[in-house]
Amino acid sequence: MGQKGFFTDTTLCIGCKACEVACKQWNQLPEDGFAFTGMSYDNTGQLGASTWRHVAFIERPVPTPEKDTTLPAFRWLMESDVCKHCQRAGCLEACPTGAIIRTEFDTVYVQPDVCNGCGYCISACPFGVIDRREEDGRAWKCTLCYDRIGEDMTPACAKACPTESIQYGDLEALHGRAEQRLAALHALGVTDAYLYGKDAQSQPGTGGLNAFFLLLEKPEVYNLPPYPVVPTVFGNESWRSAGVAAVGAMGIALAAVLFGRSQRG
Amino acid sequence: MGRGGATTFQQDLQNADCILIEGSNMAECHPVGFQWVMEAKARGAKIIHVDPRFTRTSAMADLHVPIRVGTDIAFLGGLVNYVLSHERYFREYVVNYTNAAVLLREDFRDTEDLEGLFSGYDAEQNRYDPKSWQYEGVKDQVPAVGHKELFAESGAGASDHHPGDEDLNDLVRDETLQNPRCVFQHLKKHFARYTPDVVEGICGIPPEKFQAVAEALCDNSGRERTSALCYAVGWTHHSVGVQYIRTASILQLLLGNIGRPGGGILALRGHASIQGSTDIPTLFDLLPGYLPMPHASHAKDLRAYIDGNQSATGLWNEFPKYIVSLMKAWFGSAATVENQFFFQHLPRLTGNHAHMTTVTDMADGKVDGYFVMGENPSVGSMNGALQRKGLRNVKWLVVRDLALIETAEFWRTAPEVASGEVRPEDIDTEVFFFPAAAHTEKDGSFTNTQRLLQWHHAAVPPPGDARSELHFMFHLGRRLKAHYAKSSAERDQGIRALTWDYPTHEAWDEPSADAVLAEINGFHTADHSPLSSFAELKDDGSTAAGCWIYTGVRADGVNQAARRKPGREQTWVAPDWGWAWPANRRILYNRASADPEGKPWSERKRYVTWDPETARWVGPDVPDFVVDKAPSYRPKRSDRGLAALSGIDPFILQADGKGWLFAPSGILDGPMPSHYEPQESVVENLLYAQQCNPLRQEYRRKDNRYHRAYQDPDYPFLLTTYRLTEHHTAGGMSRWLSWLSELQPEMFCEISPELAALRGILNGGWVTVSTARAAIECRVLVTQRLAPLKLGKRTVMQIGVPYHWGHSGRTRGGSGNDLLSLVGDPNVSIVETKAFTANIVAGRHSAQRRLAVHASGEEDARDPRRDLPVIRNLAPFPMQVPKKED
Repeated sequence: MGQKGFFTDTTLCIGCKACEVACKQWNQLPEDGFAFTGMSYDNTGQLGASTWRHVAFIERPVPTPEKDTTLPAFRWLMESDVCKHCQRAGCLEACPTGAIIRTEFDTVYVQPDVCNGCGYCISACPFGVIDRREEDGRAWKCTLCYDRIGEDMTPACAKACPTESIQYGDLEALHGRAEQRLAALHALGVTDAYLYGKDAQSQPGTGGLNAFFLLLEKPEVYNLPPYPVVPTVFGNESWRSAGVAAVGAMGIALAAVLFGRSQRG
Repeated sequence: MGRGGATTFQQDLQNADCILIEGSNMAECHPVGFQWVMEAKARGAKIIHVDPRFTRTSAMADLHVPIRVGTDIAFLGGLVNYVLSHERYFREYVVNYTNAAVLLREDFRDTEDLEGLFSGYDAEQNRYDPKSWQYEGVKDQVPAVGHKELFAESGAGASDHHPGDEDLNDLVRDETLQNPRCVFQHLKKHFARYTPDVVEGICGIPPEKFQAVAEALCDNSGRERTSALCYAVGWTHHSVGVQYIRTASILQLLLGNIGRPGGGILALRGHASIQGSTDIPTLFDLLPGYLPMPHASHAKDLRAYIDGNQSATGLWNEFPKYIVSLMKAWFGSAATVENQFFFQHLPRLTGNHAHMTTVTDMADGKVDGYFVMGENPSVGSMNGALQRKGLRNVKWLVVRDLALIETAEFWRTAPEVASGEVRPEDIDTEVFFFPAAAHTEKDGSFTNTQRLLQWHHAAVPPPGDARSELHFMFHLGRRLKAHYAKSSAERDQGIRALTWDYPTHEAWDEPSADAVLAEINGFHTADHSPLSSFAELKDDGSTAAGCWIYTGVRADGVNQAARRKPGREQTWVAPDWGWAWPANRRILYNRASADPEGKPWSERKRYVTWDPETARWVGPDVPDFVVDKAPSYRPKRSDRGLAALSGIDPFILQADGKGWLFAPSGILDGPMPSHYEPQESVVENLLYAQQCNPLRQEYRRKDNRYHRAYQDPDYPFLLTTYRLTEHHTAGGMSRWLSWLSELQPEMFCEISPELAALRGILNGGWVTVSTARAAIECRVLVTQRLAPLKLGKRTVMQIGVPYHWGHSGRTRGGSGNDLLSLVGDPNVSIVETKAFTANIVAGRHSAQRRLAVHASGEEDARDPRRDLPVIRNLAPFPMQVPKKED
């Protein structure tokens, strides 16, 4: 048991998409459209009900570390995106049926036999990960290979990754490896490298991510939110506001009644 | 260097201090092997990618150097020149392990003297006579391995040659490397003009970038450090492809990187078992184990064949043992000393029967039938329209594949059928489609990039009527044998005698793949006991082996290829995982990892060393050397075979035991590489008056038109073809699968923003790409990854075209290979697919019609010349067939 997660080191990603295919094969996910996007080599576009790993390709007109005299400043980033299995999961908190649960591995899992397809989870995810499948109406997302890790097997995507860009393991160990890797990169002069969503301290809006990332540029470049916040973070505040509003309304009503009486009286 | 395989293995890349990847998109095409490049990078190695495109490999590299397609010899030649002129070569290695010190004959003339030709050029036959390329003091020719019979050089195939004629005892050496006639000085002179400025003018690489690569390689080579080179078909698929590899070999020999950990040249093969398909060849001119196919007019009998191919010194002295054992494996007890082991019943060559020649013969109605297995020529082969014309003009066609690929559907869905040019009812070809079993559904082996055989067991039975290739060939053979069983005709005796008795299992009589492996490995004919090493082979008929280089794969009767001991339980060399030919050696020529005395060059690069106490070579790998031959050993004049090689001759397949900086024979188009432009280019050859490789194989026909040599006004851009990670070659294994197809769902090409602006093309839109062979429509990615290059003042634009798509499957589209022409390398008949010219315009292809073609197929007198005036006037294709003897 214990907390399990992914550490996705984008500096090691070669964009082979083996993770996407391995995920689809293990989970027997249907294809979700043959669409040429014109966005570099990314024809997947985004995570969705039938796409639980998505490799983003970002061509950037920014200088590469070495002096490059023939190409204009250019950099090609690749990042394998996945459900973040947030410490504070918006989808789970929004789910009215209890279909979305936190497992013994501290991962977030949708029970397909319980999900009634209400879709509240979709708007509750700050990353736009979870989605409803048109064919059956239910919500689907990465299970962190719940049916593999229980058997002590590595999730399909991490198993297929040839360059260890996707690493799976105990969250604590992953944190250690990520810090080591970050220090090594900084020592090599890649000072832009940083960890995204490693813990609550760096990402209070989600309480930290069980699937966290090493990035080279701002989160927006990878189509990740810079300050993701699960909606329920504002729950107390909104209840408080609602409470204040209710008290105020009642006060007005009471005043109106009393004032009305006094007028008549 | 001697063998047709990578000199090292992928796991060894982790030991490299610098890796130059050129002519390969390793991260995309070998993503699993690329982990070792990433490992090297993590250990601090510098990764350099030289490629026309900025690919996923470039994204991982420390340095990406864009290069104009088809100019790698100029770049590598520039590096050779840099190493020589800056005295950065590994002198002790070069003097002892290469032929640098050997003097050449006085009458040798270089391209520098002859405007791009070497001495010995015969304009009438359009070929070289390598007589003037020989070492001083050699009467005849120094024999090179392989490729002897077809081209029948004297000394390597002609029947008047006898092993021993080429006496190498009297070579003249100058170990100071100063004599102007020594190989080293010739090399220096030959490459002297390949300066950084010339590299810029030809390749479009600025001098500072060139310098960065040169310095990285030199700084990371020598006693303490090693650099590795990785290449793939980006180097081979050229009309001068073999010479690309030669240039790389010269560079690595000069830097002292061959045979050492973290060094070497890694030939990355195109897909599963491509290495295996040349070891046990699907090539027309080879028998298993790189034995040359006998030629009809030369190999009159076994003696003449052996005389023509056996060398007096080096491993090829053992040649008779290999060919006799092969015939014993094939013909069994029918092969006897008296009947020359049935030699007369081996197939014979009558000329060039390479793929390109066969296809043109098919189109001309000269071929009756065609088997297609594991290939999809309608998409995967060049000039698709000509390929399909060939398919239309055979009587029958057998296609074995997983799905109804384009080659099986050419009569129904091909572009020329869609456009109405060809009507299905006019096609007489009878097509037989056989569903094939996938590798998970059959036993067998893969021989991969690093010569490693790995066994796979059937996991599930094949569905329906799907069967393995082995099943098909075995039962076809059985039926043929039954057909000829009663024949007394002499020509049928070969098939009658053929041993074809593999045990079968399963309800559908699947032959035992393990029994086939046992025959390939070889056995003593007396008791069928397995052989353990090719050293046990005999030339008296007492041994049989279907492929001598694979002998040992079933040593002790155990399938060594099926060994799967995990890497963590053995050394990093992992000798107990699978089995590598030859003799399970993982790094070839590894004698060179030690200095002449047998000590490691450095502790950091220790590998195979001489242990004086046990008097043996020892190390983590199997020594690629006579295991007890001391470094101090020197041969006597009368010694033959391996005994004639000294203790400091690591290249044991060569007659002189040295790495060849200069190839006195064996290479048809010159002893040293020279930069020639591709058949179709945008510029003149900056270095020589001779524009193209003079010996290139051309097919001048109306259905295979060429553009002008350069500056063709109709085709102003360069084009290169390639693959994507998401698809498998011609698509047979990927375009029928939704999970792969959705990742790259449409045919597209890639161009630079500059070219897009020039032609009014928008990203994601439609374009039409055309050549004189075809016009295809596709989507377009406008990207900085395909930057225009500056050759001095001139800017050249390049178009990138993946070739996976065709007219069948779940995702369809124009086929990039339809754009290509047939033109090839003279040594190995490989086609030029990586560099040619084309046009591109915005918009879809109107009404699916082929564009009007401008090139006539015949060279106009006003067109720029490809050849010096004396060349090719007298020697149109088909190429020369060796003259029959009187």
